[in-house]
Amino acid sequence: MGDVYLSTLKPNEYGRIKGIDSGCKANKRLYELGLYKNALVKVVKNDFGPVILNLSGNKLALGRGLASKVLVEPYFFERN
Amino acid sequence: MSIIALVGNPNSGKTTLFNALTGSNQHIGNWPGVTVEKKEGKFKHKEKQYSVIDLPGTYSLGAYSEDELVARNFILSGASDVVINVVDATNIERNLYLTTQLLEMGVKVVVALNMMDEAKQKNIEIDVCALSKSLGIPVVATIASKNKGLEDLIEKAVEYASSGEQPRIDISYGEEIDREIDRVKGFLDSSKSDHPKWLAIKLLEGDEEIYKLVEKKFKLPEDLLASIKEKTPDYELEIVDKRYAFVGNIVSLAVKKPAREVETITDKLDKIVTHKYFGIPIFAIIMFIIFQLTFVIGQDLLGGYVAGFVEFIGENLVKLLELINSPEWLQSFVSEGIFGGIGTVFEFIPLIVVLYFFIGILEDTGYMARAAYVMDGLMRAIGLHGKTFISMIVGFGCNVPGIMATRTLDNKKDRMIALLINPFMSCGARLPIYLVFIAAFFPNNGALVLFLLYAFGIVMALIMGKIFSKVLFKEESSHFIMELPPYRLPIFKYVIRSMWDKVWDFLYRAGSIIFVVVALLWVLSVLPFGVEPYSQESILGRIGTILAPIFAPAGFGTWQATVSLFAGIAAKEAVVAILGMVYAGVSEGTELVLALQDVFTPLTAVSFLVMTLLYTPCAAVLGTVKRETNSVKWTIFMALYTFVLGWIVAVLIYQVGRLLGF
Ligand SMILES: Nc1nc2c(ncn2[C@@H]2O[C@H](COP(=O)(O)OP(=O)(O)OP(=O)(O)O)[C@@H](O)[C@H]2O)c(=O)[nH]1
Ligand SMILES: [Mg+2]
Repeated sequence: MGDVYLSTLKPNEYGRIKGIDSGCKANKRLYELGLYKNALVKVVKNDFGPVILNLSGNKLALGRGLASKVLVEPYFFERN
Repeated sequence: MSIIALVGNPNSGKTTLFNALTGSNQHIGNWPGVTVEKKEGKFKHKEKQYSVIDLPGTYSLGAYSEDELVARNFILSGASDVVINVVDATNIERNLYLTTQLLEMGVKVVVALNMMDEAKQKNIEIDVCALSKSLGIPVVATIASKNKGLEDLIEKAVEYASSGEQPRIDISYGEEIDREIDRVKGFLDSSKSDHPKWLAIKLLEGDEEIYKLVEKKFKLPEDLLASIKEKTPDYELEIVDKRYAFVGNIVSLAVKKPAREVETITDKLDKIVTHKYFGIPIFAIIMFIIFQLTFVIGQDLLGGYVAGFVEFIGENLVKLLELINSPEWLQSFVSEGIFGGIGTVFEFIPLIVVLYFFIGILEDTGYMARAAYVMDGLMRAIGLHGKTFISMIVGFGCNVPGIMATRTLDNKKDRMIALLINPFMSCGARLPIYLVFIAAFFPNNGALVLFLLYAFGIVMALIMGKIFSKVLFKEESSHFIMELPPYRLPIFKYVIRSMWDKVWDFLYRAGSIIFVVVALLWVLSVLPFGVEPYSQESILGRIGTILAPIFAPAGFGTWQATVSLFAGIAAKEAVVAILGMVYAGVSEGTELVLALQDVFTPLTAVSFLVMTLLYTPCAAVLGTVKRETNSVKWTIFMALYTFVLGWIVAVLIYQVGRLLGF
């Protein structure tokens, strides 16, 4: 499955962070905020304004511009 | 005396812990970035005094914004004997990321594993012993808001501070980077720096501040610096990754959390509050309800008692002064200056306190971050950063902390604009002016008029923000990144305590700056000897008369209104105090309201209110602007542009209103 931009995920979809390309300073900031490589994120809200993410139980709002520079690999929980 | 520093991610509970330890009353709020300054407090433990430093929250030791810089500079200064690292147990990975950085620096760290109540609720199990073992430092579980675990924490911190143990941590960044770190460290070692390894890592991570510091302090060879510069783009994210991998290892051993989170109350509330269309209307409704409740509780329920009490004391004190044959000037000063002036301001205290109470609750619930979120779209459209809105809401209490709150904006442009528009947020000290005029002219629509004034302030702030971002600062606004903390129930004890704090603060101001202004202007209003006090012939009257034509086009060109406005630049409460004093003789008792009805019309009342909303902020705010911008030029700009803007809008309102026949 190919990587997609975080901003394209729909609410309740999960993704694993693969890379960020937003210009150097913001890159590191995002890493340090918990969007490090292979971190699992869930999109909570993505319609208008900043995207809201759930990062292992904590919510983070991320400007749309930034979210469209974060590459993720879509992730699916196995049904049980 | 040992010094203990509190360090941790934003909103992890540092200030809550600080207050619990020292009995202080520093501002706590449920959003990231409440504390923006370093604060010191003291406590005693086993007969010994300790000093505690509360610092702004920070995600890492690479500082991005002003408040983070404060934290980092303090840690770097090496002034603390031990650091209590407050860790939010519900977000342990990211919090421990900072911990590893602290350990790499070689500072003595004790972890306060805070918010254990919430971790439990979320079914997160943490093996405190295992965590402590793998980090090699003491870890203590705490619930700062309930005073749980604090004794133990202090015990451990004090013990650790005085022990000879040194923290040891060894993160491998991969062969190549490790080799590079060693090489740079070698150079730093020979220059006798404090934390050579940490500095080496920071250099390779591309930390600009550290780069400057090293460049200045140690003479590293040019080619070394150049090779560092060249390598950092490849290294920096790798270093962060490895640090997270290190933390991940520790966490996987010590922490068990549910694989998939369940929908919490916070999630449910957020669906409504951050809704695409309802978000902004909900914010407006919340503010309106707050004003309505403020009127009902502050005025109808409590207002009468306080007003009655002030009048009772005033009348009896004057009687007493007559009885003991005190000089007439003293009687006049007490009855008109103190009770006519400052007393009038006092009568509005209940409303102010009740408003603060509600704003306090709003801050504690976690709604502030949501307000910033829903406003971001609008703010962005006019070139501002969504976080600006938080500094604006804080400004509703007082513009001084409002301006301080702009420290959390990490881009210079965003920060300057947020700072320049903050005074349009109507502060508590301007409230008495609104309230006295509302009582005189709009008694039946109090909450609505108040709401409109506040809303007008916001609108003007946005308009000016747009202009500034177009004209003065041309850079891009930085990205919106903000944590949305879980909703929390306000802790009643703290809300009440901070409310009392506000009351004391007001009493203090009433006894200092406001008193001085009133006393000074009182003297001017009874001199020269022989004139009718508070008349146009008094010195004050003459000064006011000279300046009054400035305000004639706005409809309130009386000398009384003029001097009150200028007095308001010292402290906004002085506007009402001075009006109360000069009009005290006009009608019976201290009824300023009746006097205003004679000299203002509803239209001039509105233009006067808008003027007081917009014109030059008080001296304390200007002082803060000077401190924060470190520029006299910007301070003068602030004082002047607000005055001119207030004047223009007031004139427009009056002239247009007159044309329309009001
Ligand atoms: N449930 C729970 N809430 C807590 C605990 N400690 C603090 N809080 C709440 O967490 C929020 C943030 O607390 P603060 O003390 O302001 O956090 P801070 O670390 O000083 O935050 P900044 O100054 O923004 O860096 C407040 O709403 C507190 O009431 C705790 O142990 N349990
Ligand atoms: Mg704090």
